[in-house]
Amino acid sequence: MIPLSWYLALSATLFTIGVAGVLLQRNVISLFMCIELMLNAVNLSLVAFSRYLNDITGQLFVFIVMTVAAAEAAVGLAIIISLFRNRETLNVDEADLLKL
Amino acid sequence: MEILFLMLAALAVVAAFNVILQRNPIHGAISLIVTLCALAGLFLTLQAQFIAAIQVIVYAGAIMVLFVFVIMLLNVRTEEAKRDRQPYLKWIAPLLFIALLGEVFFVFKAVSTPPPAELSAANPAHVIGTTESIGQAMFSLYVVPFEAASVLILMAIVGAMILARRERAPRVEGAAIMAQSAESQTITEEKEVAAGAHR
Repeated sequence: MIPLSWYLALSATLFTIGVAGVLLQRNVISLFMCIELMLNAVNLSLVAFSRYLNDITGQLFVFIVMTVAAAEAAVGLAIIISLFRNRETLNVDEADLLKL
Repeated sequence: MEILFLMLAALAVVAAFNVILQRNPIHGAISLIVTLCALAGLFLTLQAQFIAAIQVIVYAGAIMVLFVFVIMLLNVRTEEAKRDRQPYLKWIAPLLFIALLGEVFFVFKAVSTPPPAELSAANPAHVIGTTESIGQAMFSLYVVPFEAASVLILMAIVGAMILARRERAPRVEGAAIMAQSAESQTITEEKEVAAGAHR
């Protein structure tokens, strides 16, 4: 059986890569993908704990996290489309005003 | 088993690095799909079959198709030549990456992980990840979070439709409003023409 710490280490590595990506990328769609990466890293550690504690709750939590990620992606991409229509840009540095 | 884990983990990490280092978002999206599929394989090694299946179907299937669709709809490649307003972030990010990784691994060393749960005949390991056990738990003990998630999805549908809808001229209802409406119609048309010329 693979030790729990391997999964947690991989999860932490993926989460940290996602954090670095949020700092590196300037494209708002790429930022979204980095956030998805972080969500998936957390999902991995939840499933690993669920397996090692032999408890179903972790996997149900992963299910809810996926639901929230889907909702977030739908609304976020709608906001991105609206932003692109109004400002003709996808750079987050350009989107710094509340008005059009 | 360890070999499988190491291969999937290496695939996930390499593809994740590709996500954050790519300039072209479509390549990043493809790399993210590779990461998600590798994570689905890792869920299978953890005997979470249902989660692995919906990881591929919902995440790699539905959500990433949405991303790819939006990237192709907006034709993002024209954005690459824009100047960078915060160039120092490029130098802070690797430092923060290493610092955060070091912190996390220090926590791993400091905190002891729990021992694996005792397996018994009443609580065997292979039952945990099946659709049956997840369904039973979801519709009995966790039915309120499930319903809350469905309400959240409904709100997301309505919100996405309202946000992504194109603005239209107000509907004509009377002769008095007609002239005003026609005026605003011409204004919108002028705006659209101007936007097109700008493009």
